[in-house]
Amino acid sequence: MTSESADAEVAEPRITGYLGGPARISTRFTFWLGVSTLIGFAAVAALGLLAAPADDVQGDAVRIIFVHVPSALGAYAAFAVTAAGSLMWLWRRSLWWDTAAHAAAEVGVLLCGLTLVTGMLWGRPTWGTYWEWGDVRLVTTLILFLVMVGYLSVRALGGDSASVATRAAVVGLIGAVNIPIVNRSVTWWANRTLHQESSLTDGKLEDLTLFTLVLAFVVCAMAILWMMIHRFRVGWLERQISDRDLSEALRARRAEVRQ
Amino acid sequence: MKVVSLSGAMVLLERFPALAGVDFEVESGEVVLVRGANGAGKTTLLHLCAGLLRLTQGHGDVLGCDLATERAAVRRRVGLLGHDTALYGELTAVENLRLWARASRVGAADVAGVLESLELPAGRRDIPIAKLSAGQRRRVGLATIVLRRPELWLLDEPHAGLDSSGRRIVDGIITAAAGAGAAVVLASHERRLSDDLAHRSVTLAGGCFAADAPDVADPAATADPADPAAPTDVAGEPKL
Amino acid sequence: MTFWRDLKFFVGDAALVASKDLRIEWRARSAFGQSWPFAALVLVLFGFAFDANRPTLELATPGLLAMTMLFVAVVTVQRSVAVESADGARRMLLLSGMAPAAAFAGKSAAVAVQLLIVLVLLIPGVAVLYGASVESVPLVAATGVAAALGLATAGSLLGAVVAGVRTQQAVLSVLLLPVSAPVLVAASRAFGDGFGTVAVNGWSWVGLLLAFAAVNAALGASVYGALLEET
Repeated sequence: MTSESADAEVAEPRITGYLGGPARISTRFTFWLGVSTLIGFAAVAALGLLAAPADDVQGDAVRIIFVHVPSALGAYAAFAVTAAGSLMWLWRRSLWWDTAAHAAAEVGVLLCGLTLVTGMLWGRPTWGTYWEWGDVRLVTTLILFLVMVGYLSVRALGGDSASVATRAAVVGLIGAVNIPIVNRSVTWWANRTLHQESSLTDGKLEDLTLFTLVLAFVVCAMAILWMMIHRFRVGWLERQISDRDLSEALRARRAEVRQ
Repeated sequence: MKVVSLSGAMVLLERFPALAGVDFEVESGEVVLVRGANGAGKTTLLHLCAGLLRLTQGHGDVLGCDLATERAAVRRRVGLLGHDTALYGELTAVENLRLWARASRVGAADVAGVLESLELPAGRRDIPIAKLSAGQRRRVGLATIVLRRPELWLLDEPHAGLDSSGRRIVDGIITAAAGAGAAVVLASHERRLSDDLAHRSVTLAGGCFAADAPDVADPAATADPADPAAPTDVAGEPKL
Repeated sequence: MTFWRDLKFFVGDAALVASKDLRIEWRARSAFGQSWPFAALVLVLFGFAFDANRPTLELATPGLLAMTMLFVAVVTVQRSVAVESADGARRMLLLSGMAPAAAFAGKSAAVAVQLLIVLVLLIPGVAVLYGASVESVPLVAATGVAAALGLATAGSLLGAVVAGVRTQQAVLSVLLLPVSAPVLVAASRAFGDGFGTVAVNGWSWVGLLLAFAAVNAALGASVYGALLEET
């Protein structure tokens, strides 16, 4: 390899998005996705707070399900993506999946925190307590939340990007494989779950409430998609930038010999 | 037989290009001296050849194993003496060597004989090596390689910290290993100690081989243009 | 044939690593200086915290034992990681060519043995200080072994995750403590049955502890190699 060709090889690092697309965080698709999400949020708020009727038993507190249930399912879905991405990194060293796992973990921790807070706010008027140790889903979700916070702290360790990805991927998998055991242990331990069975399947919801909840799911899914796409693109561009820094570092490194 | 064959090898250590594209070949029975200043990439080169580091770019074969896919197979067949000894400080020399021999499946390891050949005093063999002097620890580290009889010896500053008798022993071991058909790569900035030993030498600077760049570490060397060991024959290395 | 030979190597290598770690810990006397005083302190301080109330303390004994094991596990795993980080010793594991899964098994086994020793020392402690008494020796023993295996496998795996990191200590706790929540729950229940303070079926909790250990051992065996190489 001659030095001239070596220099030429790294001379023009081009920063592109994934698949060589434009190096931008926002595209026309995500712009309109974001706008529709905002409109959707407004619609859910209007329907949920004003139009949907209060519950016979729970009163106005029931309205929190429009936030609580979609964000809970969203958090689980995001963590599933993190687990899948962790596996794909360890198995195939897929940069795409590694970036996606990181993006999903951040979105998931946000949603999981929202789930816990809304759950506690709802628990106070309904169960009479913010926190109920005996509740399986509550405690399992808290453990999951703490593990994923650990995942993000491993992500923040810095150092070699491949080594951080491997460390984090192992944490992602540990979280995934232990969740069934956490769930089982809390079930046996408490054996007195307060959590209501799925509100959707027991058929007691009013039509308008059901419609609002379905709409909330759709809007929440759109919001997750929007956040994930943006976070993924940021992660992807960060990689590109570090690659560009690399080519500069390479040139500087090769220049040491001329000193 | 080619033992090491690297082309365009680039290694990143936390995004720092420690090796910035090197071509390097070593034949069996050959002793190659890698010279270069501190931070030139000598240690990285040895670790790469030992299968401890991932190639970021380029291609590499060591002992017929592809460094991209078969690094684990490479690691079993090389001997690496690093700056640190890679030994357990709380264990004695004998325990460390027995552990090493069993872990690397050396049958019928002659631990006592190897320590004898490295002239580690008998009284120092059964105390934790953390209590040994740096030079004595280095001898124990070398003993792990002798014990393994690898096909490729990778020695990072093998003379560092050794007294004259230690250096003599090291030189003897290296010559014997090369005579038995093993390839030896020495990294050193103390060229005077290694020149007689090496069949040829190459110089690393800035993570690349500099065909005839002056030795940055050793100003005396620049004043000696007729150094017989200096000409390098690394194929394709440009004049920088 | 190959399978049995591989198994022999696996067990041999694991035993080699475990005995190496235990010998180093014995030489360094780290248990005397770290985990044993730490465990003893937890016992005594809990006594102060619960207002010197013996019935309460007796009731709290199972949870306390599980908690102490968990805390001691953090300390022990840190030592286990430090042994490999010093002086590039981890390179030996890599260069020896032994199966990473065997190294993982060996390191986990060494941690488990140390945890069990602490437990054996703790039980007379709770008997004397808290007035607790063992009702079922087999159950307490099985719980101890299963909990130690679970903490050791999860701990060794997470220890490898944080190996070589400057803020190792804090990150290891942040990772290991939540993951070990099932061990805490299951071991306190099973110990509770063993000490006769709670009316539950302790053996099914032992089963859960073993499942935890098995899951983390399997995961550790499959990813330990990637962690050794990459970090």
